Amino acid sequence: MDSSRLWLLRPFGERSTLIFLGVLLAAMTLVTLLHVAVPPGHPLYVSAYTVNLSGKYLSYALLAVAVDLVWGYLGILSLGHGAFFALGGYAMGMYLMRQIGDRGVYGHPELPDFMVFLNWDSLPWYWYGFDMAWFAFLMVLLVPGALALVFGFLAFRSRVTGVYLSIITQALTFALMLAFFRNEMGFGGNNGLTDFREILGFNLRSSETRLGLFLATGVALALGYVLCRAIVTSKLGRVCVATRDAEARTRFLGYRVERFQLFVFTVSAMLAGLAGALYVPQVGIINPSEFSPLFSIEIVLWVALGGRATLYGAVIGAILVNYAKTVFTGAMPDAWLFALGGLFVLVTVFLPKGVAGLLALRLRRRRDGDGSFSGKEASA
Amino acid sequence: MSILRSLASRDRVFDFLVPVESPVDVRHGPILYLEDVTVSFDGFKAINDLNLTIDDGELRCIIGPNGAGKTTMMDIITGKTRPDSGQVWFGSRHDLLTMNEPEIASLGIGRKFQKPTVFEALTVFENLELAMAADKRILPTLTARINGEIRDRIDEILEIIGLKPLHARPAGILSHGQKQWLEIGMLLMQRPRLLLVDEPVAGMTEQEMERTAELLTGLAGKQSVVVVEHDMGFVRSIARKVTVLHQGSVLAEGSMDQVSSDPRVIEVYLGAEAEEETL
Ligand SMILES: Nc1ncnc2c1ncn2[C@@H]1O[C@H](COP(=O)(O)OP(=O)(O)O)[C@@H](O)[C@H]1O
Ligand SMILES: [Mg+2]
Repeated sequence: MDSSRLWLLRPFGERSTLIFLGVLLAAMTLVTLLHVAVPPGHPLYVSAYTVNLSGKYLSYALLAVAVDLVWGYLGILSLGHGAFFALGGYAMGMYLMRQIGDRGVYGHPELPDFMVFLNWDSLPWYWYGFDMAWFAFLMVLLVPGALALVFGFLAFRSRVTGVYLSIITQALTFALMLAFFRNEMGFGGNNGLTDFREILGFNLRSSETRLGLFLATGVALALGYVLCRAIVTSKLGRVCVATRDAEARTRFLGYRVERFQLFVFTVSAMLAGLAGALYVPQVGIINPSEFSPLFSIEIVLWVALGGRATLYGAVIGAILVNYAKTVFTGAMPDAWLFALGGLFVLVTVFLPKGVAGLLALRLRRRRDGDGSFSGKEASA
Repeated sequence: MSILRSLASRDRVFDFLVPVESPVDVRHGPILYLEDVTVSFDGFKAINDLNLTIDDGELRCIIGPNGAGKTTMMDIITGKTRPDSGQVWFGSRHDLLTMNEPEIASLGIGRKFQKPTVFEALTVFENLELAMAADKRILPTLTARINGEIRDRIDEILEIIGLKPLHARPAGILSHGQKQWLEIGMLLMQRPRLLLVDEPVAGMTEQEMERTAELLTGLAGKQSVVVVEHDMGFVRSIARKVTVLHQGSVLAEGSMDQVSSDPRVIEVYLGAEAEEETL
C-alpha cells in the first residue's frame, strides 16, 4: 500500500494531500505577490490588513484540523479545544509581553504594565523563562499538551466518552475562563495580554512582519496537516476509526483504546496550542474570551460545515465560516449568530457530509462515472 | 462476580502483544476437556454436571433448545463466567479455571459472538489487518507497515472466507452473511487453536448457510471448531459429531442420524421443532 519507509512521508504519496498543499502554496504565493508586487491603490492590491486577516484564518484552519483529528477520526467531540488554543496563545502572549521590556507605560524593566498597576513587585515564578523565545515556543506546545494529557488520562481511563466527555470539556474551558478573568492569576485579568511590540526582534506593526507571520502560519498549517494525515493513514489511524465506530470491539482485539485516545487527544491539543500561538501576534491580543465555551462550539461548527473526517474539510469550513463572519459582522453585527445557526441547519439537512462531502461526491462521479457496486456478485 | 473480576483486571487486559505459537499440549488427548461443570444463577442451574470432550482438529456441533446453556458453556470456556464446580482443561497443560479472559484468548481460543461486529468504515482488508496478532502498543502501531508477509497472511484468510474480490470495499456494504465470514476471518488472523462459534447462520440466506458450512468444515483439521447452532438443516449439512445439550447437561452425543433417532432428543427438541414445522 505504501513504498515510503517513514510513516511521516506517507501523506506525500496521496493525491488529496498533494492537492491540498498545492492549493495552500498557491494561495500563499498569490497573497504575497499581490501584497508585495502590486502598488497600493491598484484593484488587485492586497493590503496589510487583508494579509493579517488571512493569517488569522489560517490559524483558525489549523485549529479546525486539530479538532477534526479527534472528532472526525476518534469520535471524541471536544467542546473545549478553545482552551488549548487559548493556552498556546497565552504562552505566546507572555513571550511578547516580556519582549516589551522597559518600553511599557510604566517603564518597568521586567514587570508587564498590568503587574505594576496591581502593585506587584516581582515576577511570579510561572513567568520565568518566557523572555526566551525557545522556552516560550516550547511552552506553546507543552502547556496545552500537559493539560490534555492529565485531563485525557482521567477521562479516558474512567471510560468517559460521548456526550459526557463533551460536557466536561465545556466545563474545563469555562473553568479556565473564570480563572483567567481573575487579576490574581497574573495573566492580565479580563484585559488579557496586549500592547505587544516585537517578535524575535521584528516590529509587529510592520507589514513585513505581518506577511512573515501569515507565511509562518501557512507553513504551520501545512506541517500540521501532513502530521495529521500521517496519523490517520497509519495503522494507528485505522485503530482510531475502529474505536470511533465500535470501541468495545476494538478493545476486544487487544488494543488499549484509552491509550490511543490519550495519544491522539494530546497531539491534537498541541496543534491547537500552536494555532493559538500563531493567532495572538497577528491579532495583537489574548484575553479570556478565547476560553469562552461558545468559541469552542464554534470551532466544531466550522468542522461540521466543512465536512468531518477529511481534514481538508475542516480547513475549508474554518476559512469559509470566518470569512462569512468578517463580512457579516461588518454589515450586520447582530445577525451573525443567526446566520451561523441557519448555515449550520442548512448544511446538516442538505449536506450531511459538509462541503468536503460535496467535493468528494463530484470527484468520484467524474472518476468512475457510476460508482455502483453490488456486494452480492462477489460472494457467489 | 465475573464482571467484577474483569473490571478489576482491566489494566492488564489484552497483554498478548506478541504472536506466540499456542503452547497447548494435545499429545495425551483432547484439546478441550470439561468435567462435571456446574454453574447456577440465583439457584437456577444453567449448566448441570456437564461433561464434554473435543478432540484436536475436530468440528463439533452443539445443539439444544433455547436456554439449554449453550452460550453459558462458551462463557465458561472463555473465562467470562466461572463455574461453581468442575474442571475445564485446554490440552493437558492448561487449567482454564485458573486463567482470566485475555490469558485464555492468548492461548489461542477465539470466540465469535452471535451478533457480528465489524468496523464498517474500514475496508475488509483493514478489518483483517487490525485483527492480526501484532505489537499493539501505540508507537509500533503508528509506524507499522504492511509488508509482504502480512499481505500474504491477509490474502490467505481472504481466500478462506471468500471475500477476496471485496477486500478493498468498506465492511459496511457487506451483507449480513459476509459480515459473519469477515468476523470469522478476523478470528483466524489471530491463529487460534480452538474456535467457538455461536449461532453463525442466524439470519443468513440459504446460499450463505451452505457457504458457511463449507467454510467451517474447511477450517476443521487445521483448528478445532465448536459450533453452537439450532438450525437443524445447517447442522445436518455439516454432518459431524453432534452434542445435544438440554437443561445444562449432555442429553445425547453421536452422529446426526444417531441423535435424531434418540427418543429423548426427539421429545425435548426435535419433536418440538417437528411440531413447529407441521404447523
Ligand atoms: N448471567 C446470567 N444470569 C442469570 N441467568 C443467566 C445468565 N446467563 C444465562 N442465564 C440463564 O441460563 C440459561 C442458559 O442460557 P444460555 O446459555 O444463554 O442458553 P442458550 O445459549 O442455550 O440459549 C437461561 O435460562 C438463561 O436465562
Ligand atoms: Mg445463546
